[in-house]
Amino acid sequence: MMMAPKFVLLWTDAVILGLLLLGVVYVWHVRRDVSRRATWRRVFASPAAMGASVVLLAGFGVAVLDSLHYRPRLPGPQVVYDARTHSVLDAMLAGVGGVRETSYSAPLAYQAFAQDAVEVNGVLQRGYPRLLYGGAHLTAPPQQWAGDIAWRTGVGLAGGALVAALGAWAWGAALGRSGLPWRTGAAVFGVMALAGGVAVSLAQGYHVFGTDRTGNDVLVQALKSVRTAFVIGSLATLATLPLAVGLGIAAGYFKGWVDELIQYLYTLLSSIPNVLLIAACVLMMQVFFDKNPDLFETAAERSDLRLFMLCTILGLTGWAGLCRLLRAETLKLRELDYVQAAEAFGVGPWRIMARHIFPNVVHLMLITTVLDFCALILYEAVLSYVGVGVDPSMSSFGGMINLARSEMSRDPVVWWSFAAAFGFMVTLVLAANLFADGVQDAFDPRARAFRPRPLPAKA
Amino acid sequence: MIHYILRRLGYGVLILIGVNLLTFFLFFTVNTPDDMARLNIGGKRVTQEQIDKWKAERGYDRPLYLNRAESGVKQVTETVLWERSVSLMLFQFGRSDSARSADIGHEVSKRMVVSLQLAVPLFILQVMASVSFALLLVFFRHTRIDFWGVVLCVLMLSISSLFYIIVGQFFFSRVLRLVPISGYAPGLDAVRFLILPIVLSLLSRLGTEARLYRAMFLEEIGKDYVRTARAKGLSEIRVLFRHVLKNALIPIITSAGSYLPYVFLGSLVFESFFGIPGLGAYVIEAISGQDFAIVRTMVFLGSMLYIASYLLVDIAYSVVDPRVRLQ
Repeated sequence: MMMAPKFVLLWTDAVILGLLLLGVVYVWHVRRDVSRRATWRRVFASPAAMGASVVLLAGFGVAVLDSLHYRPRLPGPQVVYDARTHSVLDAMLAGVGGVRETSYSAPLAYQAFAQDAVEVNGVLQRGYPRLLYGGAHLTAPPQQWAGDIAWRTGVGLAGGALVAALGAWAWGAALGRSGLPWRTGAAVFGVMALAGGVAVSLAQGYHVFGTDRTGNDVLVQALKSVRTAFVIGSLATLATLPLAVGLGIAAGYFKGWVDELIQYLYTLLSSIPNVLLIAACVLMMQVFFDKNPDLFETAAERSDLRLFMLCTILGLTGWAGLCRLLRAETLKLRELDYVQAAEAFGVGPWRIMARHIFPNVVHLMLITTVLDFCALILYEAVLSYVGVGVDPSMSSFGGMINLARSEMSRDPVVWWSFAAAFGFMVTLVLAANLFADGVQDAFDPRARAFRPRPLPAKA
Repeated sequence: MIHYILRRLGYGVLILIGVNLLTFFLFFTVNTPDDMARLNIGGKRVTQEQIDKWKAERGYDRPLYLNRAESGVKQVTETVLWERSVSLMLFQFGRSDSARSADIGHEVSKRMVVSLQLAVPLFILQVMASVSFALLLVFFRHTRIDFWGVVLCVLMLSISSLFYIIVGQFFFSRVLRLVPISGYAPGLDAVRFLILPIVLSLLSRLGTEARLYRAMFLEEIGKDYVRTARAKGLSEIRVLFRHVLKNALIPIITSAGSYLPYVFLGSLVFESFFGIPGLGAYVIEAISGQDFAIVRTMVFLGSMLYIASYLLVDIAYSVVDPRVRLQ
């Protein structure tokens, strides 16, 4: 009998799932609104943004899968749940991630990276021990290894090509007549499908990106880091919005002493070096956590709450820029005729701000949000290095880079952890940047003039 | 002008008082001196006597905001808040919280010199490199060079600065053995240690800045005076350097100015990665050692520098643009 697990909704899970819901609602909303649909069409009319959105969607998919958490019920008569929290992604990667090697192993290796005492024909001697998972199915590794890798790569490529073809067909059918650059999207999807196919196929028998110092699979860590990056990128920007929007619009609309006070507040906040302020807040949070250990049941809840608080701190300390922008915009908007007319009709200030000013600054919010998303993913790495980032037990790009620092000075070099973090992070940030550019172009007509025009029509 | 500067300085003092109150609230109210003492003494069982002794040594044994035991003005002055704030304002930073208890003021002045050695050349080269790269892109606008240049910029700004450092250290120090991996030596010898961090820091910010400056130049280049300059037969190079660059100086100063406080504080990450004993490394040590006195001092210094550099930026505006009058 299958024993029902206990589902756990961590704070950041709620955020990721809420974001998913918000996205669905927003898409539904946009579909019904002609002018918004036209603007978003402009976003996707850029091939770069189209391709980037495919990458971002895939990353978000991984994040969602890693945000459905549960604690399996332990076998036995009593109802006892595992102290560890698993996610759906963990369950899907159970084959690779479930088996831990003892220490470093190179990508696709069948033996450990470091020598150890090995028993060969009943005699102990120094050698490279076989891995528990990687290549464990091989009987005579030196002869079989290359063939096995080639076979698995081939199978993976074939599977990936099939998915890519299906995907391209679906894309073509859905968007072929819309005039959007669907081929770019399909091509990006195809490349990802091929890479994914090879990875999945190889991961059945090997650690595709090797293992780290404690023997954990690097690919699994990189995938789990994607979720951390998404949480930080989205939650921290969302957390800035209430203060930035509320105070920014209020300052611009009311002017006078309200404006002075709000200006003072954000000048105060932005005058403190950002890293220091965040570090100070995080240090305080740590002390608070140490004092109240009964706030969380499991280690996962603790590290999750820490991530949540980190994002809140990033939000509470990072609203100054957007606030300044919105204040300036509101100062302009409030002098426009329709606002003056609304005032003359006796519409109250709160209603004017909500109905007439807010909708006209939403595009600024959106642009800032997508731009901040990239910046925050990069920032997380620095914060983790400084020691005020996410909990060390949680996979994150910053943590991976941090470990990689000492690995790169080993001899021979342990490069795979670093390379994996680099590859995943650059792909994600680059995609986010390109998408942000597309959004900025579509929503802010002023920015469009500065795009490089690739090929002028030659006379 | 003098009037304006004085008013700005007055506002700066107001901001500093605010910063001081904010950090005091963060460091002394969110967790009390008792918690700090426990954290610093360490160990599982810490007795109240130990905590009291630790607090007395650092002057944290008085009430935080209001001393009810005293009367009159002393109710306010005989408190931790008053004592800490006044000493910060007078640049007497006191001793750090950690066991070694070094004098912060002495340490800061010693490390400031090192930080400046890294930061000043970096700042100058940074602006020069970004502006020239952006000018190059603008010169070749609407061509393949511009397109791929912008692609390169976007790629470069998508890479975390930590990657530049790790790859740079690996390649230049370990493989090519051109410069030492990390460390610092005073005097002329410092060049050997500083050149790699400078180059890498330059690269890590080039993408962001060059793209920004490119947009600024393109905004200027569409204006009428540029057309006039071209119409009177000036070469494109002359137009770019004599006219466009000059008129784009204001946004360049704004963007470079926002970076100034970090110049003084040192690049946190770069200093600590390369083992350069500057202020940035000091901050990171303090954070990892949970030394609140140092962090509080650096927050204070940092916001002071921010205020000072914004004042400098404003003065620079009025120098480069005669239309700007400070009043």
